[in-house]
Amino acid sequence: MSDVELSGRTIIGALKAARIEFIVALPDATMSEHVLWPLARDKDFKMVRVCKEDEGVSICAGLTGCGRRAALLMQYTGFLDSINALRAIAVELAQPICMLVGMLSKEAGVPVVRSKLYSVRIVEPILGALGIDHFCMEGDGDVALLPPAIDRAYARSLPLAALVGHRVSP
Amino acid sequence: MMPRDECLKILAKHRGDDTIVVGVYNAGFDWRRISQSPLNYYAIGAMGQGSSHGLGIALAMPDHKVIVLDGDGSLLMNLGSLVTIAAQAPPNYYHFVCENGDYEANGSHPIPGRGTVSFAGHARAAGYPHTFEFDALEKFEAEIGRIMSLKGPVFTTLKVAPGVKSPHDFAFANSRETHRQFTAAIADILARRPHAGK
Repeated sequence: MSDVELSGRTIIGALKAARIEFIVALPDATMSEHVLWPLARDKDFKMVRVCKEDEGVSICAGLTGCGRRAALLMQYTGFLDSINALRAIAVELAQPICMLVGMLSKEAGVPVVRSKLYSVRIVEPILGALGIDHFCMEGDGDVALLPPAIDRAYARSLPLAALVGHRVSP
Repeated sequence: MMPRDECLKILAKHRGDDTIVVGVYNAGFDWRRISQSPLNYYAIGAMGQGSSHGLGIALAMPDHKVIVLDGDGSLLMNLGSLVTIAAQAPPNYYHFVCENGDYEANGSHPIPGRGTVSFAGHARAAGYPHTFEFDALEKFEAEIGRIMSLKGPVFTTLKVAPGVKSPHDFAFANSRETHRQFTAAIADILARRPHAGK
């Protein structure tokens, strides 16, 4: 938690630095305005809008199996809904599924596991049980961790979850 | 009703050397017996996800035809994928659903809507430009060449019954090594392209 500001421009820059080509997404309120809409307009990315988040896990697996880099953007409820696909595809088959997970309603600056919201608090323990590498982005300083984390995920062929700690600003 | 493996044997005759095939469960196991290839991809382990794996592959490999061999129970778990696929409209995507009306691997209980649900109807409503349905081998054999020449996404329902049983080798289909071999085969194709490395 190095900064209060969590900027959409910084996140998009980090995705470009990580050579992400495909954005697979369901709208999430924390990222909708200043990450997902700009990504949808950015010619550097191809957008795949999905109906349900576990679809996104599999689409990313197909892309990454063919050498293309993808990021899956979703709300934490979508992560919770996708656990079986993540278990089977990302973890058991060791696929570099890279997720940006919006922690809607999490209190800014409060660690995920200390949130007052049960649905938010359980996310990190579940990621831990799955053995998925993860970190939380509360400010732009944390976003700097994203490109090397994505590079590491692809190098090791392992999944990654970057939690978006609060609503993103421009 | 057509024996599933006989249907897949007909389809295999129309598989080009560079066609990627995504197989799920029984159709995937039958396909492994009928048409072995390093470009076979097995989506077994998270039921319902085959069509979505196929979409990712089709978007990544636009110069290759991608055949998805889905099951009816599997597709029911991921009907939204029909909408996603139709919206992306990959021209190289060929979606076949083996409709046997039951969960064959789990005691042959009927699927919801058995006998009334129309998978081709769902695909048509989702926006697939071409949909077909077959329940006789000779009709399927007569049309499959034309189907595979169409610009995708194309959806085909195959009304099937189990044919000759294929080994259910889950350890093979779900192994990291099997998926690594697929990825290696794709990497080899990409490396041989004229612009590779430029």
